[in-house]
Amino acid sequence: MLAATRAAARARKLPISARALSSSSKRQSDALFVHRDTDYNNSKIPFAFTEENMKKAKEVISHYPPQYKKAAIIPLLDLGQRQNKGWTSISVMNYVAQLVEVPPMRVYEVATFYTMFNREPIGQNFVQVCTTTPCMLRGAYEILDTVKSHLGGIKVGDTTKDGKFTLVEVECLGACSSAPMMAVNDDFYEDLTPETTRKVLDVFKSGSKPKVGPQAGRHTVENSAGLTSLTSKPYGPGEHCTPEFQ
Amino acid sequence: MLRIVSTTGVSVPVKTCTQRVAHGVATTSSSRLGSGRNKRTFSSSVARKAAPDVTLTVDGKEVTVPAGTALIQACEAAGSPIPRFCYHDRLAIAGNCRMCLVEVARSPKPVASCAMPAMPGAVVLTNSPLVHEAREGVMEFLLANHPLDCPICDQGGECDLQDQSMRYGSDRTRFHEIAGKRAVENKDLGPLVKTVMNRCIQCTRCVRFANEVAGVEELGTTGRGNDMQIGMYVEKVMDSELSGNVVDLCPVGALTSKPYAFHARPWELKNTESVDVMDAVGSNIRIDSRGTVVMRVQPRTNDDVNEEWISDKTRYAYDGLRFQRLDTPLIKSGDRFEPATWQAALEAVTQGLINSGAEGNQIKAIAGQLADTESLVALKDLVNSLGSDNLALDNAKGDAIPFHGVDVRANYLFNSTIPGLDEADVILLVGTNPRHEAAVANSRIRRSWIHTGLEVGLIGEKVDTAYGYEHLGDGAQAVLDFVAGKGPFAEKFKNAKKPMIIVGSAMAEHADGGAVFKALSKYVQANKSKLVTPEWNGFNVLQRAASHAAAYDIGFVPSAKAASTKPKFVYLLNADEVDPASLPQDAFVVYQGHHGDLGAQLADVVLPGVAFTEKSSTWVNTEGRTQLGRGAVSAPGASREDWKIIRAISEFVGTPLAYDDTISLRDRMWEISPTLVRYGVAEPTSPDVALAGLAPLGTKTKDVAISGAAFKKPISNFYQTDPISRASVTMAQCTRSFVKGEDYGLSGSDKASHATFA
Repeated sequence: MLAATRAAARARKLPISARALSSSSKRQSDALFVHRDTDYNNSKIPFAFTEENMKKAKEVISHYPPQYKKAAIIPLLDLGQRQNKGWTSISVMNYVAQLVEVPPMRVYEVATFYTMFNREPIGQNFVQVCTTTPCMLRGAYEILDTVKSHLGGIKVGDTTKDGKFTLVEVECLGACSSAPMMAVNDDFYEDLTPETTRKVLDVFKSGSKPKVGPQAGRHTVENSAGLTSLTSKPYGPGEHCTPEFQ
Repeated sequence: MLRIVSTTGVSVPVKTCTQRVAHGVATTSSSRLGSGRNKRTFSSSVARKAAPDVTLTVDGKEVTVPAGTALIQACEAAGSPIPRFCYHDRLAIAGNCRMCLVEVARSPKPVASCAMPAMPGAVVLTNSPLVHEAREGVMEFLLANHPLDCPICDQGGECDLQDQSMRYGSDRTRFHEIAGKRAVENKDLGPLVKTVMNRCIQCTRCVRFANEVAGVEELGTTGRGNDMQIGMYVEKVMDSELSGNVVDLCPVGALTSKPYAFHARPWELKNTESVDVMDAVGSNIRIDSRGTVVMRVQPRTNDDVNEEWISDKTRYAYDGLRFQRLDTPLIKSGDRFEPATWQAALEAVTQGLINSGAEGNQIKAIAGQLADTESLVALKDLVNSLGSDNLALDNAKGDAIPFHGVDVRANYLFNSTIPGLDEADVILLVGTNPRHEAAVANSRIRRSWIHTGLEVGLIGEKVDTAYGYEHLGDGAQAVLDFVAGKGPFAEKFKNAKKPMIIVGSAMAEHADGGAVFKALSKYVQANKSKLVTPEWNGFNVLQRAASHAAAYDIGFVPSAKAASTKPKFVYLLNADEVDPASLPQDAFVVYQGHHGDLGAQLADVVLPGVAFTEKSSTWVNTEGRTQLGRGAVSAPGASREDWKIIRAISEFVGTPLAYDDTISLRDRMWEISPTLVRYGVAEPTSPDVALAGLAPLGTKTKDVAISGAAFKKPISNFYQTDPISRASVTMAQCTRSFVKGEDYGLSGSDKASHATFA
């Protein structure tokens, strides 16, 4: 029975990431939730905010009452991650803890809870492909496979050898109306097809930045088939009014 | 992240169910030391004051509880036990295990009773089909990721998860995951706590205990959802003198005791309720033994003393009872000890006494910290009957009358009592590190410091106390300055409602001790309206040796004349801290004790006594609370109960003591001081007597120039302070990893933050 199902699945050419056997997926995070000292990530590597970031940090901290400085942990970690080439090293966390005067563990807790804090180094371009339901229905796995093969056959979570790309699979980023989408660094690339995906990646590869937003000719999320309603010229002020009001 | 639902705030002692005033304290004061650790990182909301009681119905029974009580406690009060994992009445409420779901009328869903305050008029059902189903469902989820390895789990037989799954869980599984269960890496928390993190159900009790009570703010939860795990994120050991308590708190087998691992099952053990003697707190303990071996030591709840915590030394030093024991009398011949019979040994003692030619005060008795009250009384009676007053303790300056005097109990006791630590609003520590001298009591100061505006000042060596303090100076000059009212802390102290002075026992051993006690006694008398009232006595001496309060109670101190006499015959009763240089070379030395430690090496005759786990004896803790320890196992070899040895000697030397059994000995103790047989209570001293006791300290003591020497912490290694803990392998391992920091510790930055304290 099982073999027959599998054969049928093969015949239908399911996407590679189809889940064949276990009743539910083996849910395991790609990240470790403990810290291991390495030569690139240990508490002896110094980290401090640049002057400019320090100014921003102070501004953030000033938003909260002095005894609730810890409320600034997330924005400060974000600031630190940006300064630290897109990832939050143990030094960044320790530094933030020192800044908001909490035991370092309170910061580790936050940094491990939120998946957008990368606790391992990433490539220059952080490719985040959304595979949540709407994107999946619109072919997100195809996009994911395209990215994988186009970046030289890397797997999810890997960084390319040249250090230019890191690929991760993420949950909904809130651009469902222009699914499928991926985010590279801070920008969204929507309405993707395998071709446009390759194009976007190629532009990044060449060192420049592609046009942000939908890649299928739309400006934002307007109807791709053109306007279907409100097509006539909108009437101006006073139109259809009695003459004294015109 | 830890989710703390603060409906009732943190339960402060159960007795005072009304909430304590809690401030989100801003610690911006620049006078505070260091960073990180001494910040009050927990904030709790301000409690409602003087709330009326609420009445509700639980399973058809009406029950009235103070407002703010958690529903789970109200159910308990109504006699309906609620299963729980994360809820613990001495920790903050987390509400994350969901095991305590109950049905509340007009509530659309089952309610987590731990995180729900009892509401007036609520109708609660704890035994309805909905509740049964909810519990079964929760249990199913908990077990989905719990390895079913009970046969090889040390928690087996005393596991909440095991018990509750039997009672509330389903009788069959629907778990058919081929991919298996969640696997979590084990953490190395040091030589005391063994971790099997696969078993963890993430109740976060250990995290809350570590952060709120023990002051280990490095423990937390990392990751989220299915991947959440307990740990320190960086590799680190759990460096706390209270870490063993997480083993008790853990409702499953995730945190178990490393030294006890695979040694016994709970149903094989005989439980004996006793009292701890590793410090002067007198923590209530349960000694679990199998045959003649003490297998482990567990805390026993006593809200007036140790609540339900004990220190790691109390819990883990028991293996020292198996090593270095004296189990037969020994007589020194040449440079070695020869085993002897009791008859021969006692004759040797008698002969030694005669041959030494000691008369009157030349007969000296020195008692150590593990001497029980019965043997102290017997030894004092014996020495007195031989015409000597030369009774000394083995600590520094122990062979003179202590600076604080012993005429009035209040002079050397912890008068505010240990629960009083919860009420104090300003505490001055003088020459003491309560974290090491009274670890369990220290957790009360920490709790108070976190949840109320408690201010702590310290005069003495800078130490990591697990709470922030203002350091006022190192030596006696700082005490004089404080008494003179100099500095902001003295001002705060003056304005406090329940101020508290805690003088360390080390002050009685310091050269400037006299001046310190003089200054403080004058200060107390001048401020008696606040410091010594019928409700509150804020002058405290924190003893650190289990025997000292009792020794002072029975007057185990020399007379002035005796103190200056050079002894010819010295009787060491458990005296292992004695300075060998203080014993004259030609003196005949008898050692009575249970371990071959320092004292036994000095002796001419060694008489094997028994350890606290092997005798039923009286102990007086630092508050003056008399408690009865009970023997759990039989004495090894030929060793005998201590007071009986002294009774036997009295027979040999020809001045037989007037008691032959424990009952008549305790009658004698009642004669000396009735408090010695009033068990379980710390009798308060009336304000008049307390003040009368302090008065001579201020007048009698001569004005001497202070040396200005810094106060040193008396305990440099918490884990090895007495013969039992020095013989313990576990304590030696703790010393290696926590005190010397060997093999552990990766994080450089944290070392730095420690350095600001230590």
